[in-house]
Amino acid sequence: MSPTETPASAPLLEVRGLSKSFGDQEVLRSIDLTLHAGKVLVLIGPSGSGKTTVLRSLNGLEQPDTGIVSMAGGELEIDFSAPVPAKKRLALRDRSAMVFQHYNLFPHLTVLQNVTEGPIVVQKRTRADAEAEAIALLERVGLGDKGDAYPFELSGGQQQRVGIVRALALRPQLLLFDEPTSSLDPELVGDVLTVMKELADEGWTMVVVTHELVFARQVADEVLFLDGGVIVERGAPEQLFTAPAQERTKQFLNRLLFPF
Amino acid sequence: MDWELFWASLWPIVRGGLLGTIPLSIMSFAIGLVIALVVALARISGIRVLSAIARFYVSVIRGTPLLVQLFVIFYGLPSIGLLIDPWPSAIIAFSLNVGGYAAEVIRAAILSVPKGQWEAGHTIGMSRSTTLRRVILPQAARVSVPPLSNTFISLVKDTSLASLILVTELFREAEKIAAFSQEFLMLYMEAALVYWLFCLVLSTAQSRIEKRLDRYVAH
Repeated sequence: MSPTETPASAPLLEVRGLSKSFGDQEVLRSIDLTLHAGKVLVLIGPSGSGKTTVLRSLNGLEQPDTGIVSMAGGELEIDFSAPVPAKKRLALRDRSAMVFQHYNLFPHLTVLQNVTEGPIVVQKRTRADAEAEAIALLERVGLGDKGDAYPFELSGGQQQRVGIVRALALRPQLLLFDEPTSSLDPELVGDVLTVMKELADEGWTMVVVTHELVFARQVADEVLFLDGGVIVERGAPEQLFTAPAQERTKQFLNRLLFPF
Repeated sequence: MDWELFWASLWPIVRGGLLGTIPLSIMSFAIGLVIALVVALARISGIRVLSAIARFYVSVIRGTPLLVQLFVIFYGLPSIGLLIDPWPSAIIAFSLNVGGYAAEVIRAAILSVPKGQWEAGHTIGMSRSTTLRRVILPQAARVSVPPLSNTFISLVKDTSLASLILVTELFREAEKIAAFSQEFLMLYMEAALVYWLFCLVLSTAQSRIEKRLDRYVAH
């Protein structure tokens, strides 16, 4: 299992000038970012900072007012300042897969069906092929015996691992994580983060929105701190966590480390 | 009470149910559901004209008596040269009626599926229509079974109105026997009994379907 290869030199993902307002409230102001294949980008910031909106824009779940999302060195480029054709939006989603805060598994399908739905229905792979891969992936995350279970029969941590497997089964170039551990009980967070760390080590390209600073510090190649819809600071995790340049970054990190 | 007449008329009445009431109900319900789905989708389409037409349709159907709708189609339309036989007239009237009521049920059921399910469908690469078909409607179906069962059971009883446009069904059979025997109370009670038995069977079917569709929900 390895992510699809792209030319090493060109960035896998490039975002330029992403902006969005709700009414007269600006939620994103000209966000730029670049991500090379095999790298992990972590977005941190207070709630309402716009980090989730950035993430959701990367696969078109959110519609920015302006800005360009470009993938695989410009092979696919979407300019949000014009209406995006449905075909292009689907093409963008073909290259990425999202893991949601609330898992959003399909409750009417078994675990195995949740994982194979995309490969079979969308990617037109054979059932045998899709199921074999799904079972292997489920075993990998310790859920080999849960294929026939329905989501409601699983714990939150198990559901989220299914969510990750559902994303992996699509063989995307880019994995998107939207606060994947935020609705989990504290003792279940570790299982999910472990899986995510393994994926990073394997060379998957990932964008992760999270409040898990230890995870960010260990796994990220670059960390972006957003506040008020702008990137306040960006840098390698060591630098950003130990010696933040901006006062706002310092305050935010302190609040997370010493909540009271 | 004339028990001999009771037993002698039971089969004609049941037969009227089997050959009239039941097929009339099933056909009208099936067509009505298709209409309802189209109308519900039109209402949530976000296209203003479609949504307005759908709202108008629902409003007319719900705001006028079924008997009047039936009479307009069977006795009214011939005035403008449109002659429709009793059976098709009944099916048209009942289908349109079911369409109006069930549309609201289906619309509410679709809207009850969390937005995250749409997003999950999109994120695995599904188009809007595929997401609707494979993710949203199966979940909406579960929610809509109890109210749609009510619609169906109401319909079964409402088909007795078709006797007024000469469709041979359960109630018309009872009426015919009552007319020549003059045993009105007994035959109308007998008809009521047979309707009730039919509806008991339907209620049982309803709880079976609900159980089946509930298999993926925590209890």
